[in-house]
Amino acid sequence: MADDSIRAPKPESQDGPKTFKEQFVDPVAGFGVTFRTMFRKVVTEQYPFDKQPTAPRFHGRHQLNRWPDGLEKCVGCELCAWACPADAIYVEGASNDDTPDADGNSQRFSPGERYGRVYQINYLRCILCGLCIEACPTRALTMTNEYELADDNRADLIYEKSDLLAPLLPGMEQPPHPMRLGEDEGDYYRNSYAAPAPSAAPAAATAEEGHDR
Amino acid sequence: MSTTDKTPEKVDTVSVTIDGIQVDVPKDTLVIRAAEQIGVQIPRFCDHPLLKPAGACRQCLVDVPDAGNGRGFPKPQASCTLPVAEGMVVNTQATSEVADKAQQGVMEFLLINHPLDCPVCDKGGECPLQNQAMSNGRGESRFVSSGTGGTKRTFPKPINLSPQVLLDRERCIVCQRCTRFAAEVPGDPFIALVERGAQQQIGIAENAPFLSYFAGNTIQICPVGALTSESYRFRSRPFDLVSTPSVAEHDACGASIRVDHRRGRVMRRLSGDDPAVNEEWITDKDRFAFTYATADDRLRYPQVRDAETGDLRPASWPEAFAVAARGLAAARDAGGVGVLPGGRLTAEDAYAYGKLARVALGTNDVDFRARPLSVEEADFLAAHVVGTGVDGSGGVTYADLETAQTVVLAGLEPEDEAGTIFLRLRKASLQHGTRVLALAPFTSRGLRKVGATLVPTAPGQEAASLAALVEQAAHGVDKNAIVLLGERLATSPGALSAAADLAARTGARLAWVPRRAGDRGALDAGCLPGLLPGGRPVSDPAARVDAATTWGVDSLPDAPGRDADAIVAAAAAGDLAGLVVGGVDPDDTADPAAFRAALDAASFVVSLELRATDVTAVADVVLPVAPAVEKAGMYVTWDGRVRAFPEVLAVPGSLPDLRVLAGIAEELGAPLGFRSVDEVRAELGEMGPWDGDAPVMTPVAAPADAGAGDGLVLASWKQMLDDGAMQVGDKHLAATARPAVAKVAPAVAAAFGSTVTVTGDRGSLTVPLEVADDMVDGVVWLPGRSTGSGLLADVASPGSRVTISGGDD
Repeated sequence: MADDSIRAPKPESQDGPKTFKEQFVDPVAGFGVTFRTMFRKVVTEQYPFDKQPTAPRFHGRHQLNRWPDGLEKCVGCELCAWACPADAIYVEGASNDDTPDADGNSQRFSPGERYGRVYQINYLRCILCGLCIEACPTRALTMTNEYELADDNRADLIYEKSDLLAPLLPGMEQPPHPMRLGEDEGDYYRNSYAAPAPSAAPAAATAEEGHDR
Repeated sequence: MSTTDKTPEKVDTVSVTIDGIQVDVPKDTLVIRAAEQIGVQIPRFCDHPLLKPAGACRQCLVDVPDAGNGRGFPKPQASCTLPVAEGMVVNTQATSEVADKAQQGVMEFLLINHPLDCPVCDKGGECPLQNQAMSNGRGESRFVSSGTGGTKRTFPKPINLSPQVLLDRERCIVCQRCTRFAAEVPGDPFIALVERGAQQQIGIAENAPFLSYFAGNTIQICPVGALTSESYRFRSRPFDLVSTPSVAEHDACGASIRVDHRRGRVMRRLSGDDPAVNEEWITDKDRFAFTYATADDRLRYPQVRDAETGDLRPASWPEAFAVAARGLAAARDAGGVGVLPGGRLTAEDAYAYGKLARVALGTNDVDFRARPLSVEEADFLAAHVVGTGVDGSGGVTYADLETAQTVVLAGLEPEDEAGTIFLRLRKASLQHGTRVLALAPFTSRGLRKVGATLVPTAPGQEAASLAALVEQAAHGVDKNAIVLLGERLATSPGALSAAADLAARTGARLAWVPRRAGDRGALDAGCLPGLLPGGRPVSDPAARVDAATTWGVDSLPDAPGRDADAIVAAAAAGDLAGLVVGGVDPDDTADPAAFRAALDAASFVVSLELRATDVTAVADVVLPVAPAVEKAGMYVTWDGRVRAFPEVLAVPGSLPDLRVLAGIAEELGAPLGFRSVDEVRAELGEMGPWDGDAPVMTPVAAPADAGAGDGLVLASWKQMLDDGAMQVGDKHLAATARPAVAKVAPAVAAAFGSTVTVTGDRGSLTVPLEVADDMVDGVVWLPGRSTGSGLLADVASPGSRVTISGGDD
């Protein structure tokens, strides 16, 4: 240690010469994780070529549900818009009208007096928190697992009612049409309608949503 | 004036203890309001400060351990019907378990049958029942947990009480606010409780819908969602609305309103709360007539008439200003330009018209009166009306109406023409015993409701009737009397002179009540040929110099100006080459045909309009202007009260009249010196009222031969809801209008069937006949604007002679 003054700046010199472990094992040990992982199953998902299902309760794109006869469940009450912390939902209500229009068709979109004439969700704002789902009094609004919500312009990310409505299952009829399942909206809300209209089986999934109220 | 210079009356106070806090309140105060003094809000539904106590809902129960006499009430008492007594001890729900439990119990009862349809209810979000069920109710109801699930009583819903008012009976908690309002405030008791028990409900008599001009107020005071309006039903929820306070633009009463709008569209209007003006009530016209601003024929861009094709074509604002200025400059040099601003303007806009005429067009030919008028009226306004106000300058106020011993109505039908005055008069008559004398041809429904004594007066005879009032001590017209003069007196020669004479001899105070919101403001802003802003007479050189100094011009035109009738005549004769026309409907003017002829004859017409009209169809330059909702401004009410309001909706490119006129004036090389409402207000403040001598009125004698002639005299006024331009777009409101009928004396009616044809010098009209029991002989009444193009265009001028014959049946 006589030449301390000369070698002092080099810190490793204080510990003397490197051991074998320091010289050969330690530099390679850092790759341990790398080598170990090379023999494990790959977790990388090959999205978008290979799409994996999400968790069952994943918060994805919204859906506006229908009654088994195809009428909309949404009553345009705007409670979803009220609950929304991001102000992403815009709703306008309107009156259902049972009087036939000029072509003799009913003007009814939902059971009861009111329906959502305009329904928009702005997915540039939506944070998919699900508070709107909790607020919905008729279980009209639920979330699907669909997560592909990207686009290259603003207009296409504002989803209209037509984009959000659940598809027509067999047995459903595109509104507007009269109430097929009961005399009034109470029959719908209490599930006191008989068998879902024409074909029961496919509509059962939608009917179930009503049961958990 | 009356409120400021009176010594405060000595009021007896009593001392009560509420929740352990002692408070002194005036005698006869109700416990529910005494509690408000210490900041305790007792829940309530039926209680309304402007209605009589009812104790109908029982929600306001409180515990009274000491009623002031040492003994307490054994059971909780309704605080909305319980007056305070000296030494009374009251415990509300804040301190008393008993009161709290009682209120929770009542709430539970009220909710037994109340449906859980809050999500689709228009009241949801602003509902006293919702709020108080949360604050003073139990979380759970004991009436639904039984095995059957507690089926609620239901009704088919909703039913129409009137074409505009809907009733959901299952939501009603039978608080009776609506029935009490209808009976007490406007005096239209067309709704009442029917049935008993759980079936008790609000109902109307068969074929007697709730047709009241004030029915909309019941919707606003309904504490649940039982009453809703057709036009607002399901349109939006309270939490999407942005509320802006404003002032109603439909009459000269200046009622305070609240405009609720969503994303740039007005959804509804509610009454504001202004105790000095409209209290909490507005007319249905003020409430529902706002769709005119979004009508299909609204003008959205400037148009100029193409020189080659002769059609109007869209133009940019700078081009339209330049074309208008060029045409007006040519017309100014070719004979002159007349300015007709119309009566619907804000005071600032009217000021701009007046200044444009004087400064840029060099004329005094400006007159806001788009209706039958007279020189006598202009003199009267200059001598007795302009400059009076509520700020100590001697104007009559709403409060004065309540305390006056006698109110004389001349040429004014308050229910139709000034709804807020009508409500005040009814309140004065019922609560303070004010005697109402009405100079009218018959006792109308409105006059009956204010308890008016009819002074039978045929149109044209008002001067004689007013003069006779002095002699008749029984009428009690003295210095405690107020004389309300309607704008229709302009068509009755000598009437306004007689009124001025009456005031001078008896000390009674005068107030002039125009129909339109902008009339009084235009008067004060100098839109009369003889008046500059602030009541400065044009004939007074000192006043001209004063105004010229403020405006920074060398001099102002001193030639006597023409009034609206003279402007029309001069334009038709070719003496005036140009016209600047604001919101004037030809069919409202004294002679619609002459007005149209003047428009055709004038070589250059500039129209500033909201919507396409007969004027814009022939104008050379059409400049769209903003409706009241899209601009700030102020109206001056009949009592001289300045009612400023902010811009509710900010719409780019929707310019107020004053901005448009400023643009034209700048192109004319004579800038008005302002471009915004604020700048005009500053200039108005700088100019101030005239402190010199007011002009003296030259009395006009009533024509001696009045009353002679063949046929019947035509009496008329415009009903509140009619075919007016600012009521389009709401079919439900239109359906509540009173039908057009001819009213005649029983003796005349006996000669005809159910319909009659009234023929005047301009045409004839066939309408159903109705008998008015006390109609003055030789008079037939027709509504002014409820049929076709209106009475002035289709039949004859009010006050003239008409003949009636049997209808077609």
